[in-house]
Amino acid sequence: MSTEILIWLIPLPPLLAFFIIMLFTNRSNALSHTIAVGSVLLSWLGSMLVFWRAFQASHLGEQPFQSSIDWLPLSNSAFRIGILIDPLSAVTLFFVAWTILMIFLYSVGYHNFGQPVGDRDRPGLPPHGATITDDKGHRHQVPSIEPMYARFFAFIGLFAFGMYALVVSDNLLTLFVGWEIMGLCSYLLIGFWYGKPSARAAMVKAFITTRVGDVFMLLGIAYLYSATGTLNFREIFNNPEVLSRLAETTSGFLGLSAAGLIGILLFFGTIGKSAQWPLHVWLPDAMEGPTPVSAMIHAATMVSAGVYMVVRIFPLLSAGMEHGSLTTPMTLMAFFGAFSALFAASIALAQNDIKRVLAYSTISQLGYMIAALGIGAYVAAAFHLVTHAFFKALLFLGSGSVIHGMEHGVLHTGAYIDPQDMFNMGGLKKKMPVTFWTFLIGGFALSGFPLVTAGFWSKDEILADAFGHGQWAVFITLAAAAILTAFYTMRQITLTFLGEARTETALHARETPWTMTTPLVILAVFAVAAGWTGIPEHFPAIGGLVQNWFHSFVGSTLSEEPGTLAFNAIPLLTSLVVALGGLAAGWLTYRQVQAGAPDPIQKPLGPVYSLLKNKYYFDELYDFLFVRPAYWIAETFTYYWLDRGLIDGILHAAAEFAWRLGSFFRNYIDKPVVNGSGDFVANSVKRIGQTLRVIQTGRVQQYMLLGLITIAAFGALFYYLMVFQP
Amino acid sequence: MVPLSWYLIFSAALFSIGLFGVLARKNAVAILMGVELMLNSVNVNLVAFWRYRTPEGIAGQAFAVIVFAVAAAEVAVGLALIISIYRRRNTVVADEIDLLKF
Repeated sequence: MSTEILIWLIPLPPLLAFFIIMLFTNRSNALSHTIAVGSVLLSWLGSMLVFWRAFQASHLGEQPFQSSIDWLPLSNSAFRIGILIDPLSAVTLFFVAWTILMIFLYSVGYHNFGQPVGDRDRPGLPPHGATITDDKGHRHQVPSIEPMYARFFAFIGLFAFGMYALVVSDNLLTLFVGWEIMGLCSYLLIGFWYGKPSARAAMVKAFITTRVGDVFMLLGIAYLYSATGTLNFREIFNNPEVLSRLAETTSGFLGLSAAGLIGILLFFGTIGKSAQWPLHVWLPDAMEGPTPVSAMIHAATMVSAGVYMVVRIFPLLSAGMEHGSLTTPMTLMAFFGAFSALFAASIALAQNDIKRVLAYSTISQLGYMIAALGIGAYVAAAFHLVTHAFFKALLFLGSGSVIHGMEHGVLHTGAYIDPQDMFNMGGLKKKMPVTFWTFLIGGFALSGFPLVTAGFWSKDEILADAFGHGQWAVFITLAAAAILTAFYTMRQITLTFLGEARTETALHARETPWTMTTPLVILAVFAVAAGWTGIPEHFPAIGGLVQNWFHSFVGSTLSEEPGTLAFNAIPLLTSLVVALGGLAAGWLTYRQVQAGAPDPIQKPLGPVYSLLKNKYYFDELYDFLFVRPAYWIAETFTYYWLDRGLIDGILHAAAEFAWRLGSFFRNYIDKPVVNGSGDFVANSVKRIGQTLRVIQTGRVQQYMLLGLITIAAFGALFYYLMVFQP
Repeated sequence: MVPLSWYLIFSAALFSIGLFGVLARKNAVAILMGVELMLNSVNVNLVAFWRYRTPEGIAGQAFAVIVFAVAAAEVAVGLALIISIYRRRNTVVADEIDLLKF
């Protein structure tokens, strides 16, 4: 099969699985998950084959796999859809295929396949557990299967379709279609347990917040189309003529060039999708969804798609870049990215929910990539995108495994405690060894533990680029974010796994089934090994041992391949110090937290702690600035003025008029004329009857006499007429 | 020969007597007898006209015979009705049998 046809086919199996499960097999859990996992296995196979061919192809940057067809005819042209695998989408396809497959497999165990149906489980709520009686007559509480098991697999199947479609598409339009399908799935899956009011609120919040970004993105796409007449990536981003024309055209808005304005508009889409400040508020709340969803949509793939998009449009963003000076969109990105990185990392310090810490960490790491792109570190951003997808998926799945183990403890002890609160954990290392070791690898990768982990290489490359380009503000901000990252990661690992169990529940936690631990192990391998593909060639001692494949491969996507930086010791030392220092500080601070004790950083930080704990009061601020005014406007203008005043007024006036018209007809036409004539006929008949009834005597002889008289009268008349003929 | 008009005068008189009986008598049996008188006056007329006008045919006689038959049947039915009424209401006075009034 030709590679192009194979690429066309990659997104289709999950879509097919979605429809099959939704329409036919939703009553059978086993069949549904077999179809779903089977379909992503097919897509994975296709993706690996395509990746392998892309890997072997020479000059993939100049001659990517691409094909396209007319889709939507316009007046004299047509929107085209098509597929494109260039080096950037090849590596994206690689990590997307792996994480999606792992997460599908993990979902089988996470949703307790094979467990009995719960005692009081209802669709729309998480399973509460089932009671079983064993051979000896003891009653046990065991986890129960998710009530809407098949539905979950249908939704993530649709999601997988959206992600694959986004990755293989060769133009911004189909990318946007995939982007919005994922937005829909994100909405559906955050609210998967729609019985919980918090989940309902979170789904609406996520949908509306990302929509804000998407509107600007759509405007950007429209502007790009009107300016260039095409949305194809290659035709725009690998075409210096188009780019320079866009960079020279003025947009008439704040003195920006067309390229600048389009870039900024598209970047707003990324701010929403990748949850960057100031649209970051939805991602932590999105943790209301099941953990595989958090891992797949809100860590590894969908939020990464935002970064993928800006990496993809990087030539546009950097169009018109003079030597060393950043373009306006890049400056904005450097600012938003670096600020989000530090801002979210600081919030993560004071969160106690194991998944919320990771959510803020995701915002922070995505900020890294965007800041890297903002300073022109194209390859570093793509590299961190890949490594982050692996280790963050691993961390989320690990946290899901921890929560699952804790829920087991909750069922065993019967005490209700929050199974996601890290202060209720501790000592899980012995109970859940596989989860611990894989989580440790993921956590070290996230904090950039030197040399062995993937996170180190990608993060170090970003810092080196920031340093090498002389972007001091970005460099310092990112370094500060990195030390916070290492600190909260170690805080999380220490509180969760090390020390003694702080609650009875944590004592009874149990390792999760193989369907959940296998993906952890595989992702842990990537969380380490993915970094080896991108070791800088000038790195001391080990540089050059392995070829810096990632740089040359992904770098060839651009028309002008980015150059490599000379080695400098300062950024390397910085990343060593921040990673190890943060980890050490985290361990020292949290190694001896007793049950019921407050957070050790609460006292020294004082009011700052409560500021962090409450996420800088952004939710409250947005509630005050946007939500309440929106409600107020809706109530005052729409409800009172428009609905009750105007529309109801018109309706009432029309009703009043109709009523009066009806009254007129009734009183002056219906009653006197129609009723009058009807009554007159009836009354006349009645009166005649009353008058004539007296002759009805019932006496036969009188009738006869009457008849005789009548005959006589007629006889007389006829006689008169015939004889005299007047 | 007796002129035709005599028969007709006789017949008219008989008819009038019958009619008077029908209209004026109270007893239902007497009314029925009045009806018989009227029928017979018609018979007289029929036979008289046959004899004087069309003696060659027998239509007049035949007609008279049919009238006899009808009259016999009528009397049979009429008397049966009167007996039935008498059994129910204990009267044969026509004025008291006034169920058909309003």
